Amino acid sequence: MKVKMLSRNPDNYVRETKLDLQRVPRNYDPTLHPFEVPREYVRALNATKLERVFAKPFLASLDGHRDGVNCLAKHPKSLATVLSGACDGEVRIWNLTKQKCIRAIQAHEGFVRGMCTRFCGTSFFTVGDDKTVKQWKMDAPAYGEEEEPLHTILGKTVYTGIDHHWKEAVFATCGQQVDIWDEQRTSPICSMTWGFDSISSVKFNPIETFLLGSCASDRNIVLYDMRQSTPLKKVILDMRTNTICWNPMEAFIFTAANEDYNLYTFDMRALDTPVVVHKDHVSAVLDVDYSPTGKEFVSASFDKSIRIFPVDKSRSREVYHTKRMQHVICVKWTSDSKYIMCGSDEMNIRLWKANASEKLGVLTSREKAAKDYNQKLKEKFRHHPHIKRIARHRHLPKSIYSQIQEQRIMKEARRRKEINRLKHSKPGSVPVVSEKKKHVVAVVK
Amino acid sequence: MTADRAAESLLALSQQEELVDLPKDYPLSASEDEGDSDEERKHQKLLEAISSLGGKNRRKLAERSEASLKVSEFNVSSEGSGEKLVLADLLEPVKTSSSLATVKKQLNRVKSKKTLELPLNKEEVERARTPLEQEIFNLLHKNKQPVTDPLLTPVEKASLKAMSLEEAKMRRAELQRARALQSYYEARARREKKIKSKKYHRVVKKAKAKQALKEFEHLQKVDPTAALEELEKIEKARMMERMSLKHQNSGKWAKSKAIMAKYDLEARQAMQEQLAKNKELTQKLQAASESEEEEGGTEVEELVLDAVNEAQMNADGLNPWMLRSCTSDAKEGEIQEDPEQLPEPLAHNVSESEDERPVTEEEIVLKEFEKRRSLRKRSELNQDAELRGSQETKDSTSQEVLFELRTLSQKFKESHQSRKQKASSMETVPQVQREEPAPEEEEPLLLQRPERVQTLEELEELEKEGCFQNKELPRPMLEGHRLKKNPNNQTDAPKKKRKEQMIDLKNLLTTKSPSVKSLAVPTIEELEDEVERDQKQMIKEAFAGDDVIRDFLKEKREAVEASKPQDVDLTLPGWGEWGGVGLKPSAKKRRRFLIKAPEGPPRKDKNLPNVIINEKRNIHAAAHQVRVLPYPFTHYRQFERTIQTPIGSTWNTQRAFQKLTTPKIVTKAGHIIKPIKAEDVGYRSSSRSDLSIIQGNPIRLSAHHKKQLKKNSID
Repeated sequence: MKVKMLSRNPDNYVRETKLDLQRVPRNYDPTLHPFEVPREYVRALNATKLERVFAKPFLASLDGHRDGVNCLAKHPKSLATVLSGACDGEVRIWNLTKQKCIRAIQAHEGFVRGMCTRFCGTSFFTVGDDKTVKQWKMDAPAYGEEEEPLHTILGKTVYTGIDHHWKEAVFATCGQQVDIWDEQRTSPICSMTWGFDSISSVKFNPIETFLLGSCASDRNIVLYDMRQSTPLKKVILDMRTNTICWNPMEAFIFTAANEDYNLYTFDMRALDTPVVVHKDHVSAVLDVDYSPTGKEFVSASFDKSIRIFPVDKSRSREVYHTKRMQHVICVKWTSDSKYIMCGSDEMNIRLWKANASEKLGVLTSREKAAKDYNQKLKEKFRHHPHIKRIARHRHLPKSIYSQIQEQRIMKEARRRKEINRLKHSKPGSVPVVSEKKKHVVAVVK
Repeated sequence: MTADRAAESLLALSQQEELVDLPKDYPLSASEDEGDSDEERKHQKLLEAISSLGGKNRRKLAERSEASLKVSEFNVSSEGSGEKLVLADLLEPVKTSSSLATVKKQLNRVKSKKTLELPLNKEEVERARTPLEQEIFNLLHKNKQPVTDPLLTPVEKASLKAMSLEEAKMRRAELQRARALQSYYEARARREKKIKSKKYHRVVKKAKAKQALKEFEHLQKVDPTAALEELEKIEKARMMERMSLKHQNSGKWAKSKAIMAKYDLEARQAMQEQLAKNKELTQKLQAASESEEEEGGTEVEELVLDAVNEAQMNADGLNPWMLRSCTSDAKEGEIQEDPEQLPEPLAHNVSESEDERPVTEEEIVLKEFEKRRSLRKRSELNQDAELRGSQETKDSTSQEVLFELRTLSQKFKESHQSRKQKASSMETVPQVQREEPAPEEEEPLLLQRPERVQTLEELEELEKEGCFQNKELPRPMLEGHRLKKNPNNQTDAPKKKRKEQMIDLKNLLTTKSPSVKSLAVPTIEELEDEVERDQKQMIKEAFAGDDVIRDFLKEKREAVEASKPQDVDLTLPGWGEWGGVGLKPSAKKRRRFLIKAPEGPPRKDKNLPNVIINEKRNIHAAAHQVRVLPYPFTHYRQFERTIQTPIGSTWNTQRAFQKLTTPKIVTKAGHIIKPIKAEDVGYRSSSRSDLSIIQGNPIRLSAHHKKQLKKNSID
């Protein structure tokens, strides 16, 4: 009798190594898997909910400073190293993995106003209220060696900020004027002024390294080219800009943190209109830093919170706050784009996750696939009202919450008044100014 | 000499004519009438001779058929060819004694008189033999009804006599009027019957049904016993309905509708209605079924039920409660297996006897039964049955087997019938005759039947009688037995009718079996089928109460009604006319102020019978829907398309899934991302070793930006 048997090629179902995934035969016939959209919607909803459930961004608080933290600096080569300067002139170097201070230097008398690391990561510069610029070795002094700066430059005026060139041994300071220094010299190569007010911050462009921008108390942002002796152009805004930050991925984009609670992203080629006006803070924005991916930036505000904005969005995607965090003075996004550090008035440096619900540590491939899938789902269904509501929902401290309400009312009132004025005046006599243009007073070249 | 002889023979003839009824050994005597008759004869003969002399007939000579007195030389012929020869002629002595003439005379006289009235004979005719007849006669006599000639009853006669002429006239007029009325009604009935409108008949039928229901309800209140009888009638009607093929969606009309139903809503509705009607008609009344269950407590009836169920199950019947579970089947299988081991001495005989059984129409039910046993040998089974039958035990197993035997025999009959019909359609020999040489082995079984019949249900009894009758065994003993046992079945016709009813019942039970399977189908498959069917039946049983289709139809109808736009009535009562309690605004006014709602657009589910499309906005669903077209999209279709493309691995291959879910930016923990360089963008060739950012969509810098970059770097 002939017996018929099933015969299959083992290659089709036996995996080659035990590390391979088992081959699972699947039928993708859409009739067998109905209700794609509703099912994915539910998955997206669940993913969104889970995201909120696991949103625990706060990682650690680095305490040790005896006064408010005034400035922060990243190490260009080491992710674990962070430098911070306090209002009492103390500089501390922290190891993030251990969450400990590895070095503390009494660098200045009075505030440490600004701080920057050299591009090679061997030394760092500080400026303080004592009108000095000091260069320090990154490494701790050997046993018995005294803790003192490599170089100290005594200036005539107070320096309020410092930044180092990304490729050359050149740094720039700001105060009364913008000075560009050679590391080897005790006098600046070039000094540039435009107006008479004190300049609060100066920043080198990380891509077009000859370019630098500064912001002054007379409400203007001035752009310079290091190769010229005169500034390039300036834009005058409604209120004073506290600091600016260049986008590390787009050479001519920078964002300015303004006193009027807003942040303005400018294209330096067209300063008359900001690209995006970022609104969400309810108090002056004190600091801003770009994510190394160039897609997002973080802002620190006087309203005791930090917010994360997508570059192209006018609203923040995230707000971080804790009960004990006071006015946040400085903020930095780490070079691996995973963490955010912020230094605040109450002497603490806080470490946050950049993505609040991200799982730290190693992910298996399946976890990663699930994460990616969920992320895509959230993105796909982000316009659906329920998902939107859940994703947007944040708990806010009462002060901020009430401030938001109040400001909304104020804004509404202003808008209404504007409309009324427009309505009750001769057509054309009252120009309609867009929200973007409203804040730019003038652009000067 | 010849004349003498002739005279003698004639005498003998006449004598015989007169004494036909008398015994032969009466003494014959010469009578006075003898001479008269002789003269007459002679005269006739003479006349004949004269007529023969002068005509064409002269030559005509009668053919000789019998030995006659005279033989001519031309042809053999008798002289008195017109007369027949009688046996008495031959037996008569040549000479008659004249002493008997007086007796003969006397007898003739007696004969010439009118026949005597037999006093006892009439009595015999009228006298009732059976008690029933006696009763009837008594009744007739009491009421003075004419027994033989029912023209006018004595009472009527008396009244006619008593009436005067006028009265009689009046009476006659009355009668005439009554007759006219009757004829009028008849004509009317005929006319109504001729009306072809189906709708009219439907309406009439409905009205009648309604009336009957009302009466029944009334009867229930007034006379419960009569109501119960009525209920039984209804039950019977239900049975009839179950037996018939009406309302089964199997008729010509229903089939045509079924074809139309796909496109025509009305046809579909009609079909549904018919089915619903069938259900309604065949629905068992609760009380009746309960009582039946109670009655069915005895073992015998249970057995009968079982047997019926079995047939039902085989036929894939629709009546769920009549089903038996598979376990019972298995049990039966055991029972059947037992007898297989028994010896088979009589098997051959029985099969023979079955061959000789009359060819009758038999139940289709048993086809399945037959199939199930197709693997077993027929002879074995038969032998078993025979053995059981002869044992005549009262225990349940034997009864069951007996039942099987009966059904089997019927089945065989059926098969034989078909075979015979094919083989010998010209055979005219009555089947009754063919049965005469039935073997002796069959006798005891056949004889026992009536006894067993009494123990079984009436239904079964009837059926058996039918069988029995069909056999029509000519043996007097058997017949006598039958007559004794069943005094009612005097006539064949009604029984045959009843029997046909039984067949109908079975037919009905099997109508649902869609295909008659061949004998070659293996038993195992069939058993599996049965299990499946059993499952289906169980489900049907469980959900017997809820008519989903009707519910759905009702729901849809309600939805349609609800979606119709409402008219607006703006009538103000009392405005321009008197108003108050009981006063309605005039029709004219109402008509004037009634704003008719415009007919809405046709429903989308108008042509979809199985669908209800609700076009109302569902707020629960709306809460999950996007209200405004999101920013980057310019048309809702774009947005819908993005939403409708699934990205999960359920709908996509692994590779596609990976591609679809790859994030735009992937960053690795612990890797420093350095600012972009002009070289990275592709302007100058350079290593991107320090760039650990992977960009999903190649660089978001626009061409414009790139150009700018280039320019800057040149500067």
